[in-house]
Amino acid sequence: MTLSRPARLALLAALLLGLAAVYLPLMVVLINSFNKDATFAWPPQEFTTMWWDRAIDNEGARSAIWTSVQAGLLATVIALTLGTLAAFALQRYRFFGRDAVSLLVILPIALPGIVTGIALNNAFRTILGIDLGFITLVIAHATFCIVVVFNNVIARLRRLGGSLEEASMDLGADTFTTFRLVTFPMLRSALLAGGLLAFALSFDEIIVTTFTAGAEVQTLPIWIFNNLFRPNQAPIVNVVGSALIVLSVVPIYLAQRLSGETSGGRI
Amino acid sequence: MRLVGLLSAPFFWLGIAYLAALAALFVAAFWTADSFTGDVVRSWTLDNFRTLLTEDVYRTITIRTISVALLVTVVDAIIAFPMAYYMAKVASPSLQKLLVIAVLTPLWASYLVKAYAWRIMFSDGGVVDWMFGPFGLGTPGYGLAATIVTLAYLWLPFMILPIYAGLDRLPDSLLEASSDLGAKPTMTFRTVILPMAFPAVIAGSIFTFSLSLGDYIAVKIVGGTNQLLGNVVYNNIGAANNLPFAAAMATIPVVIMLIYLAVVRRTGALESL
Repeated sequence: MTLSRPARLALLAALLLGLAAVYLPLMVVLINSFNKDATFAWPPQEFTTMWWDRAIDNEGARSAIWTSVQAGLLATVIALTLGTLAAFALQRYRFFGRDAVSLLVILPIALPGIVTGIALNNAFRTILGIDLGFITLVIAHATFCIVVVFNNVIARLRRLGGSLEEASMDLGADTFTTFRLVTFPMLRSALLAGGLLAFALSFDEIIVTTFTAGAEVQTLPIWIFNNLFRPNQAPIVNVVGSALIVLSVVPIYLAQRLSGETSGGRI
Repeated sequence: MRLVGLLSAPFFWLGIAYLAALAALFVAAFWTADSFTGDVVRSWTLDNFRTLLTEDVYRTITIRTISVALLVTVVDAIIAFPMAYYMAKVASPSLQKLLVIAVLTPLWASYLVKAYAWRIMFSDGGVVDWMFGPFGLGTPGYGLAATIVTLAYLWLPFMILPIYAGLDRLPDSLLEASSDLGAKPTMTFRTVILPMAFPAVIAGSIFTFSLSLGDYIAVKIVGGTNQLLGNVVYNNIGAANNLPFAAAMATIPVVIMLIYLAVVRRTGALESL
């Protein structure tokens, strides 16, 4: 079906309008980070870099970023290990309850974040009697990060099949050598992509974090949320938001370099 | 033997720790909290569910939450379909790739920053006021309308990508066959494209609907004093310190989601996720 010229133009207009709507709010945050007026009257009358200077010196924001990076890295390492193990088990073996396991892996992200959040909160506090803190935060984040690693690795394993590994074994390599020289190199980019997604997911998470981090630990999203409603902090929050918007280009760039293909969203 | 080795660690983590936590939460929904101390009283009762079903305020909040989630889904579908259609069927392959990246990039920008961006947009004298002022319209202020716009904005890529993938799979030859057989474009759209792309739209709606059901942060940022299901759960964990009631409340979005999944299962949407 060849579309008529007006129909094509109408579709193009819809696409451009849609993209404009997607990027306009992000642009507004970026521009407002230079807006001299602390209440962000629009359009901005005067520009300044004062807010960026203040944000860089902001102790709360800096320590929150550091907490988020640490938690994200630890959760990613755990998720990489567990997600890869689960993917191997499900792809290479047929066993009773296999479907149940694959459902179980997806569950933490399929259920609303608030359900996972209060379930873990309840388990930590009343069942296990652990005080909420950094450790419980990492455990919670790892739980919902497993699925993204799992999805990436199992997709790769499916595509590869087992013939190369069989060839390696036939040629006399033991299991470990085969993994080191054959399986791992073929999985590397899938692991990197999965790890990247897991870290991004953890870095941005707020709902599960609210229920599992306790009062002492402040991740970056928690810090942003706590300062969002304070008028005198608004310009600093705006600068932190701008920095995050600019940084969001990095994973997209890496993902393009890694896979040469566009990954299908965050899940 | 090797299978046991592979599965034991993930199984211990997810199977034992996570599943047990979920089960414990569900069990707690049948307990009550002491109204003075907030301690959980472990005696079986259906009081929490009775309160949920009989008190008007919870019914109102449930209906409001479902309406918001449905509206967000409809708005997203209407905006996403033409965008996805252009990407899949009109754009050249290189432009296609670029457009997918353009749609994906905002997903990596922080959720909170995007919700915050709309708080700024909707503020008095903000961008919305400035844009629509010349037409005699102003910002609707912080409320349900702002919440729906913000949620629709947040989940839009989750709708575009499945529809794009679905339309991309739809062979051009089918569309040509339809027009060769004399169908006008509107008829081809109605009888060929729409039925075949429908599962993809439903697949997208699973994301937009479930994500909207569980959200309580966006409504806090742009929703004024309005409450959704998630806010009630949150308040019962925090200020009210009534975990059993929060647990009972949290089963509502899960049950709604299960019903929704059961309904859309027949469209074949789950296979196109």
